[in-house]
Amino acid sequence: MQQTQSTKWMTHGEAGLMLFFAMAAFVCAFAAAKALDAPFAFHASLAAVASGVASFAIMNRYLDRPASLPPEEISGKPNYNLGPIKFASFMAMFWGIAGFAVGLLIASQLAWPLLNLDLPWTSFGRLRPLHTSAVIFAFGGNVLIATSFYVVQRTCRTRLVGDLAPWFVVLGYNFFIVIAGTGYLLGVTQSKEYAEPEWYADLWLTIVWVVYLVVFVMTLVKRKEPHIFVANWFYLAFIVTIAVLHLGNNLALPVSLLGSKSYIAWAGVQDAMFQWWYGHNAVGFFLTAGFLAIMYYFIPKRAERPVYSYRLSIIHFWSLIFLYIWAGPHHLHYTALPDWTQTLGMTFSVILWMPSWGGMINGLMTLSGAWDKLRTDPVLRMLVVSVAFYGMSTFEGPLMSIKVVNSLSHYTDWTIGHVHSGALGWVGFVSFGALYCLVPWLWGRKELYSLKLVNWHFWISTIGIVLYISAMWVSGILQGLMWRAYTSLGFLEYSFIETVEAMHPFYVIRAAGGALFLIGALIMAYNLWMTVRASEADVGTELALQSAE
Amino acid sequence: MSFWTRHQIFEKNSIILIAGILVVIAIGGLVEITPLFYLKSTIEVVDGVRPYTPLELAGRNIYVREGCYLCHSQMVRPLRDEIERYGHFSLAAESMYDHPFQWGSKRTGPDLARVGAKYSDEWHVTHLTNPRAIVPQSVMPGYPFLAQTEVDTAVVADNLKASRIVGVPYSDEQIKNAVADLKAQADPDSVGTDAFGKRYPKAVIRNFDSKAGAPTEMDALVAYLQMLGTLVDFKLYNEKANLR
Repeated sequence: MQQTQSTKWMTHGEAGLMLFFAMAAFVCAFAAAKALDAPFAFHASLAAVASGVASFAIMNRYLDRPASLPPEEISGKPNYNLGPIKFASFMAMFWGIAGFAVGLLIASQLAWPLLNLDLPWTSFGRLRPLHTSAVIFAFGGNVLIATSFYVVQRTCRTRLVGDLAPWFVVLGYNFFIVIAGTGYLLGVTQSKEYAEPEWYADLWLTIVWVVYLVVFVMTLVKRKEPHIFVANWFYLAFIVTIAVLHLGNNLALPVSLLGSKSYIAWAGVQDAMFQWWYGHNAVGFFLTAGFLAIMYYFIPKRAERPVYSYRLSIIHFWSLIFLYIWAGPHHLHYTALPDWTQTLGMTFSVILWMPSWGGMINGLMTLSGAWDKLRTDPVLRMLVVSVAFYGMSTFEGPLMSIKVVNSLSHYTDWTIGHVHSGALGWVGFVSFGALYCLVPWLWGRKELYSLKLVNWHFWISTIGIVLYISAMWVSGILQGLMWRAYTSLGFLEYSFIETVEAMHPFYVIRAAGGALFLIGALIMAYNLWMTVRASEADVGTELALQSAE
Repeated sequence: MSFWTRHQIFEKNSIILIAGILVVIAIGGLVEITPLFYLKSTIEVVDGVRPYTPLELAGRNIYVREGCYLCHSQMVRPLRDEIERYGHFSLAAESMYDHPFQWGSKRTGPDLARVGAKYSDEWHVTHLTNPRAIVPQSVMPGYPFLAQTEVDTAVVADNLKASRIVGVPYSDEQIKNAVADLKAQADPDSVGTDAFGKRYPKAVIRNFDSKAGAPTEMDALVAYLQMLGTLVDFKLYNEKANLR
């Protein structure tokens, strides 16, 4: 591609993708017409429209762009590709608020069941996967894609590979979210927790994920730095392992290529093992490894200190990814899964405590010599507190994986509380911290619109989390104890419904905690919006900041 | 060359790093999952476990569709209080035809592994329509729409066919007569009940929603709930033979 050339040609990527989407539009329209069930017809129509729009957008973009593609470098400095990152950051905030709101709704449904409205698409059973997928995959996933694309460019000092490919990743991923989310409401689910989307959504995600991997790895390959920065190891482990888990757990046979229903290849006990091998490592690699990458880049950056120990990061990385994979069976203690598998799962879960805390120490000690910044910088405080929550929930996790403890905690709200101390405290706060850093960087602003609002967000959300997890600890342990309580005559003391009734006050407190967390996120969205809209006077610093590194 | 210098091979070569990651994450999964497919002790040898009837399978698909597994487990653990509350602990064999499994992970409501034959059909229909009509403190959503929706018979045979490909031993005859069997199980007065009884011995034939006409989703779901945990006769079950 010569810059002086005046004749304009479509790249292979543009022509190929445009053709692909044009064909996809027809295939999907045909599938919609022939569909065996209404949800499949709806999804095929959505896909047809989206493909048509994509094809048109590629043509439009080609007509509008200059003859040559954006250069790799501008006056010796890497010309970073920020567009897809801006989009993913925006979507993260959008889905975050949607996911927290649905969470608040289903928490309220458990306190006041009339809120289920007795309609198919508003009942707890269909909204719960919507909540979990919206926060984990839509909010968390967009944060991971946005930060990974940012970090890999910065730490490799090179522009992201591909012209349309990064856009394909962010748009394709969010289209997957729309298909998954609307599917849940329509009753399309394969009932595998955190892997509920049906076969066609899974296939689409596989394509998107492979492109994600290729873009990430090819950017690593053309890096200008001799070493691959530690955050990128974690991102890479996250992308590669999620691909493996996704393929293993979702292996299914569609009943028809024109219908939404499929049957999983595995059955019973093997399926249970596959599910929790996937489920626990969705935690381990999506919600941990990926967000540890964020910790390894954003905390040193914000604190302006190097990572505490490079050698500790090496040990942390390999031991974490080796040990996590084994931990799945602790979700199946005392079930029909063979004892040897349960024991292995428990053993490795307990050992996993060590690399988890090694990583926490590495993150926290990065602040050596900069602890005073916690007083003045609420963004850094958010990041550091997230690591503290990480330490807390990775201590609780191994504890709950011990069989005797699990006999009490399993099936109760204790698990829900544990998940949320990790999800709200660790994943939520580290994501908020990263977005608070990222948005001014991406839009070339000197600072956030208001650090005071960050402070408000921090405290409101922290109180929300404390309410949430302490309510769930009490209700979980209470329920577990009530289930196994005996009278002096040796009869079970409580009927099941008495234990349900006892949960009510805690469900109300939990909903209040969730409401506070949502309010915090709304404050954040306002703050980020005002940052992006900041006066023109600040905008001039964009180029200067970009080349500062 | 020290360990830390050797490690640079991963830090400087992205493809070797990917290979390293793949090897390291493969070990745990392979060790824990593969033996479950060939160790004979994984699934107990028991009599009575059979594939779901077409109506039960349709009910099971509704159970999956409505996300019942999010609040109800189907896995009784071998703990004193659970055995007293729910019955014999669950066997791996009891879910050997479950694609996917429905063991669940949370008990917002009680375990359902042995709910079959515990309550009357009428109890289930009333409870599913409005749980608080029977249990005032319940937090379960109501499912009144199930009684008004007929079971979609267009895909019944295909459901059995797909299940067979993934390992459920349905016979050609069972697949061929899937729709007839579905209707027969919900209508004790129909002509097809004898043939159905031969194809699925001991399966219960009842008008589960006690409404005339084509089987509704309520029929299917109640048929499924009423068979849960009833297949193995624990009076005859040899616990010692299956110790593991």
